[in-house]
Amino acid sequence: MSVISDNVGATSEQAMQAELLRLVTCGSVDDGKSTLIGRLLFDTKQIFVDQMEHIEETSKRRGDGYVNLALLTDGLRAEREQGITIDVAYRSFVTPRRRFQLADAPGHVQYTRNMVTGASTADVAVILVDARHGVVEQTRRHAYITSILRVPHVTVAVNKMDLVGWSRDRYDEIYADLETLGLPDLRVIPVSALEGDNVVDSSGNMPWYEGPALLEHLEAVEIAFDRNLDARRFPVQWVIRPMSGDHHDYRGYAGSVAGGVWRAGDPVLVLPSGLRSRVESVESSDGPLEAAVPPQSVTIRLVDDVDVSRGNMLADPDRPPIVSRELEARVCWMSDRPLEPGARLAVKHTTRSVRALVEELVSAVDVHDLADVPSPQRLGLNDIGVVRLRLSEPLAVDPYAENRETGAFILIDEASNDTVGAGTVLSAR
Amino acid sequence: MAAELERPVLLFSGGKDSIVLLRLAERAFRPGKFPFPVMHVDTGHNFPEVIEFRDRRVAELGERLIVASVQDSIDRGRVVEETGPRASRNRLQTTTLLDAIEEHGFDAAIGGARRDEERARAKERIFSFRDDFGQWNPRAQRPELWNVYNARVRKGEHVRVFPISNWTELDVWQYVAREQLELPPIYFSHEREVFRRDGMLYACSEHVERLPDEEPFTARVRFRTVGDMTCTGGVVSDAATIAAVVDEIAATRVTERGETRADDRFTEAAMEDRKRVGYF
Repeated sequence: MSVISDNVGATSEQAMQAELLRLVTCGSVDDGKSTLIGRLLFDTKQIFVDQMEHIEETSKRRGDGYVNLALLTDGLRAEREQGITIDVAYRSFVTPRRRFQLADAPGHVQYTRNMVTGASTADVAVILVDARHGVVEQTRRHAYITSILRVPHVTVAVNKMDLVGWSRDRYDEIYADLETLGLPDLRVIPVSALEGDNVVDSSGNMPWYEGPALLEHLEAVEIAFDRNLDARRFPVQWVIRPMSGDHHDYRGYAGSVAGGVWRAGDPVLVLPSGLRSRVESVESSDGPLEAAVPPQSVTIRLVDDVDVSRGNMLADPDRPPIVSRELEARVCWMSDRPLEPGARLAVKHTTRSVRALVEELVSAVDVHDLADVPSPQRLGLNDIGVVRLRLSEPLAVDPYAENRETGAFILIDEASNDTVGAGTVLSAR
Repeated sequence: MAAELERPVLLFSGGKDSIVLLRLAERAFRPGKFPFPVMHVDTGHNFPEVIEFRDRRVAELGERLIVASVQDSIDRGRVVEETGPRASRNRLQTTTLLDAIEEHGFDAAIGGARRDEERARAKERIFSFRDDFGQWNPRAQRPELWNVYNARVRKGEHVRVFPISNWTELDVWQYVAREQLELPPIYFSHEREVFRRDGMLYACSEHVERLPDEEPFTARVRFRTVGDMTCTGGVVSDAATIAAVVDEIAATRVTERGETRADDRFTEAAMEDRKRVGYF
C-alpha cells in the first residue's frame, strides 16, 4: 500500500496548465490491454486507496491469485462477472506534464463500433501487440481503423516481453512488420504490463531499448498542430439575442471553432446562404479575445446584420468548404439491421441535421482481411464501406482528411432515433 | 442541446458540480437568459446551508427555480419512507425526479455527474438516453462519436446530459478557484457536532437517528460531496479556503464517493443498480 499512499506527482498548478491528450487503446483482453491501463493508472498513482482495496478484495474472491488491475476499468456488473469489457470506458488521469483522457475500447463484442467511437476523438492510438504472436490480423484491423479515423499519432506497445525472454530480435522482427503498415508518427515500445516494464518506469530488463517508456512518450507527443489551423470554420450552435435592457441590439453567434484562427476584421462567408460579412469581434464571456483557435468555445459577432441561424457555418471566403447535396463517404455501420441501397436516414453534421437517401453502396471492406469488395448488397453490423448519399438540403463539408470536424457526421435512424452509423466525407460535388 | 430539445431542465443540487454547471450555462448563454429552468430534487433532509445557498444563487442569476419535493411524493403515497437509524431518502429521489420530469414534460435533464465518480458512470454517455420509464440500459447505449451528439427522443422519453462527464474532482475545484465561485459553507472546514458510523463522520441532525453507541462529539470537518444528511459523511479537515481545498484534493488518496457516500457502499454495483431505474 505504501506505493499509493504517497502524494500524487502533479501539483494543482501544474495540472491546471497541462495540455489534454486523448488516447484510445486498442487490443483485446488477451493482449493484456486492461492490465496495461491498470498499470498506467497504478504507477502514476491515480488509483485511490478505496479503489485499490476494492480490486484487491474482488481479485481474492475470484481467486485470481494476483491483484487483477483489469478490474479497474470494468465498471458494470456483467463485465466483472464474465471478465469481459462491454463498452467504451473513459478514464482521466494527470501527471505533472499532461492531462490524459483515455477511451478504452474493448476487444471482443461489437469491436469495430467501439473502436471507431474511441478513435473518433483520439490524438493518439495505443495499439497492443502480444510479443509472442507479433503482427496479426487484429493488429492490421486496428491499424486500418486508426488510419480511416485519421488518428494523427500511433504508438504500438509490444506487450508480454517477459514471455519472450526480453528478446531484442523478437522486438526488431515485430518493428519491421509494423513499418509496412504505413502508420502515422509510429512509435514502438517493448513493455511488460504485468511486470510494469517500460509502462511508467523504464525497464532494467531491456537495456538494448534506448527509447522512452510508454508514459514518457505520451507526455511528449506534440499535438498542437494536429488541428486544421489554415481554413477557418465555425459551425453556429446558438444565436445569443437577449433583446432586453442594455443588450437590446446584441446579436452573437456561439459555437466552437472547428478550423482556422479567428480574429476581428476577418472576412466571413455564411453558408449555405452565401452571404458575406466581416468579424466584428471574437468574444468569450470575459470579454473580447485577440484570436480564437480550435477547439475554443467563443461567440462571434459580425459587422452586418445578416441572417445567420443554428446549423449555418461561418467560413473563410478564400478557402470555403464544399457546399453540396451529394456526398461520397466512408461509413461504419453500427446497427443490427443492415444498410441497403435506397435507405433513408438522418445525417447530423456539426450543428446541422438533414435527411439523406443512400443512392449506392460503392464498396465494402472485409474487416478480417481488409480486402475491398465492390458493390456490396448491404453493410452489416460493424462493416465499413463507401457509400454515396443524396441530401435533402446542402451541407458545408470538408474532406475528413482535411478537417476531422467538418468532415465527420453520424447517421440516425428516424424511426428508432438510434445512432446507426458514423461517416467520414471522402468527396462532395 | 438547448437548441435541439424542446423542454430541457438543469438539475441543481447546490453542490459544487452543479454550481459549475450554472457557471458554464452563464458562459454559454449570457448576456441572454438560460433557455431552461433550474430544478432541485429536495429530499427535505438536505443541509440547511445548502438550501439557503440554492435559493440565493438562483435568485442572483434571475433564473427560474423548480423544487421537486420528496416529502410531496411521500404525502401523495408515491413512495414509502424508510425507517430506523439507517433510513435515507436517497433512493426515493428517483421517483420524485421521474415524476417531475413527466409532470413538466422535460425531454432533457442536464446534470453534473462525472465519470471519475464511480465505475458505472465511467461507462455512461454524455447524452444518455432514458426510455419512457426513465430507465438506463448500459448495454444499448447510442455510440457517441466526435462531438456530434444525438439528442433525439420520442414523447415520454428523455436524455440526461452530462457536460462535465470528463472532469475530475480536482478539475472542478480548480475551476471553482479560477472562476472564484461561491460554494455553500459546508465545503470548507468548520466545527460541527458529529458522530462516527462505518468509519465516516456524520453530522448530527434531526433527520438521522443515532444508534446507542454512536456518541456525538465536536470536530473540525468539511464535506467533499453534498447529499442528504443521512448518507453524506464529512472529512476531518482544516481547509478553510478554496486554495487549501485544492491542495487537499490534489493530495488525497481516497475517492470522494468512497470517503463520504454511504449510498455507494451497499453493494459492488450499488450505483449501476440505482442508475438503471432512473437515478441521476
